[in-house]
Amino acid sequence: MTKYLLRRFLLSIPTIIGVTLLVFIILFLAPGDPAQMILGPRGTPEQVDALRQQLGLDRPVFEQYLRWLGGVLTGNLGQSIAARQPATTLITQQMPYTLTLALSAIVLIVVCAIPIGVFSAVRRNSWADKGLSAGSMFFYSLPDFWLAIMLMLVFAIQLRWLPISGAGSWQAVILPALALGLPHVGTVSRLMRAEMIDVLGEHYIRTAHAKGLSPIHVNYGHALRNALAPIIVYLFLTIPWLLGGAVIVETIFAYPGIGRLMFQSILSRDLPVVQGILLIIATSTVVFNLLGDFVTAQLDPRIRY
Amino acid sequence: MTPIAKPRLHITQGSRAHGPFAPQIRSFRRHFLGMTGLVLVLTLILIAVLAPVIAPYPPDEQNLLVLRQPPSAEHLFGTDHAGRDVFSRVVYGTQIALTIGITLIVIEALIGITIGLLSGYFGGWVDLLFSTLVDVFWAFPPIVLALGIVTSIGPSLTNVMIAIALISWAPFARVTRTKVQSLRTLEYIQASQCCGATSISILLRHILPNILPTNLVLASLMLPTALLAASSLSFLGFGAQPPTPEWGAILNEGREYLRQAPWISTFPGIAIVITVMAFNFLGDGLREAFDPKIR
Repeated sequence: MTKYLLRRFLLSIPTIIGVTLLVFIILFLAPGDPAQMILGPRGTPEQVDALRQQLGLDRPVFEQYLRWLGGVLTGNLGQSIAARQPATTLITQQMPYTLTLALSAIVLIVVCAIPIGVFSAVRRNSWADKGLSAGSMFFYSLPDFWLAIMLMLVFAIQLRWLPISGAGSWQAVILPALALGLPHVGTVSRLMRAEMIDVLGEHYIRTAHAKGLSPIHVNYGHALRNALAPIIVYLFLTIPWLLGGAVIVETIFAYPGIGRLMFQSILSRDLPVVQGILLIIATSTVVFNLLGDFVTAQLDPRIRY
Repeated sequence: MTPIAKPRLHITQGSRAHGPFAPQIRSFRRHFLGMTGLVLVLTLILIAVLAPVIAPYPPDEQNLLVLRQPPSAEHLFGTDHAGRDVFSRVVYGTQIALTIGITLIVIEALIGITIGLLSGYFGGWVDLLFSTLVDVFWAFPPIVLALGIVTSIGPSLTNVMIAIALISWAPFARVTRTKVQSLRTLEYIQASQCCGATSISILLRHILPNILPTNLVLASLMLPTALLAASSLSFLGFGAQPPTPEWGAILNEGREYLRQAPWISTFPGIAIVITVMAFNFLGDGLREAFDPKIR
């Protein structure tokens, strides 16, 4: 297994290099001279030239890329133009908020989706199953930005149960987490149902029934354990998607996190920050993919490459 | 425990579908959600085509006498902050949504299928290069990378569509590649290679027809994702610009008046949900019929 994981790890290196290249190129092509933007309209051409030289903007593209990559490897994402602080500092300050939000969404997904999926599979083709499946499809089709606005309208404006925006109290996390997590509850419960149905059709389940084990024991002791492995991997893959969805949800709820930071940085054309956040989200996808493979290999001893 | 199924005798009765996909069409017809989706999608297309007939007002007509009016018989979905009829705007929005969704999916499929075909058929370093490319694009949630691209090329609906098309082809490439790899070893492909057929003719005449059904299913499942990404970006203000009646953009305009006029943001959202659900249902039915293995 160590060999398999090592191979997977080595294979992910070209992907990460590709990701850094893509992020660099996209924002390299952005119009506007960064040196001019830092100095503002009052910078004289001589000052701009001097700063271009200082920042290495007059060097060939590939050298600029390597220089940027070197910075990234040492944790230096460049200087934020709007905040006049290192981009790394800005991002690490906001990161805990986004992680709290993403983690709350994951808890919501686990608590809702897994029981729904298991119940649907055990009672498959019953009216309860059909209703829950249609419900999952509905949640899965909800645009997160509309869901966020509707939650805000009902629970913050009409009922006044929860704060409309901001962060700082645990109540403030509830609405953003619901907006971020509910669409995924639909996806995960459908997946859970399908996996569980697959497992319930296996021979060892029939054997377990035949030797007289109670249905509860068979369903939850034997079947659920095996059906859970792919779900756990899927949850790992969901985390980067939640970070992506955070851009919208955090912006709507004025929740301080890297998503809202990204939105504001795009508006103020603060490219180093946008670059940094793009890089963090994409790298986390690759890392969570690897973690997913690692967990699968741990949970399912049949996997030997 | 499932009882052993009795052997069932199929008796042909009445009119039945014939042709190359007859069993799939029959299976699709029995799929309740799939048929519901098909009916909904056809209805949406009809609404888009007949928008000038259905909408009681032009989508951009401002009437300062009826600012932010709640839904009534005259204005079914109420009016917005400029006195425009929200119902008419939502109806015209159907045209934009379907155009965006279908254009995007066609471009994504063209890029993805081409890369998948080349990658799966030639293997070797071509495959390695393209697979890494797929992995790289796969690493970005579509909205995030699209935001990055739009930052670079500037906000507009066309740019948003370019951005989404450039990044969302990866699933088509991956599905096509896997399928081509298994087809490549089949005898009839090897036979045509022996007959001296060129790679291009094999790819286009013998392999392409076999991968189309799978890609059709994938297209119907990917269309809602593409549509959602496009309207999310319009919602954030980077896509369709006012006064375009794009659903995401209308929702964003209504956000400021959420307390006084919640209907401005509510109805375009419902339209998005219905459209996305219609295509999801359709895709689910097509998948059950054509390709039960992909999830």
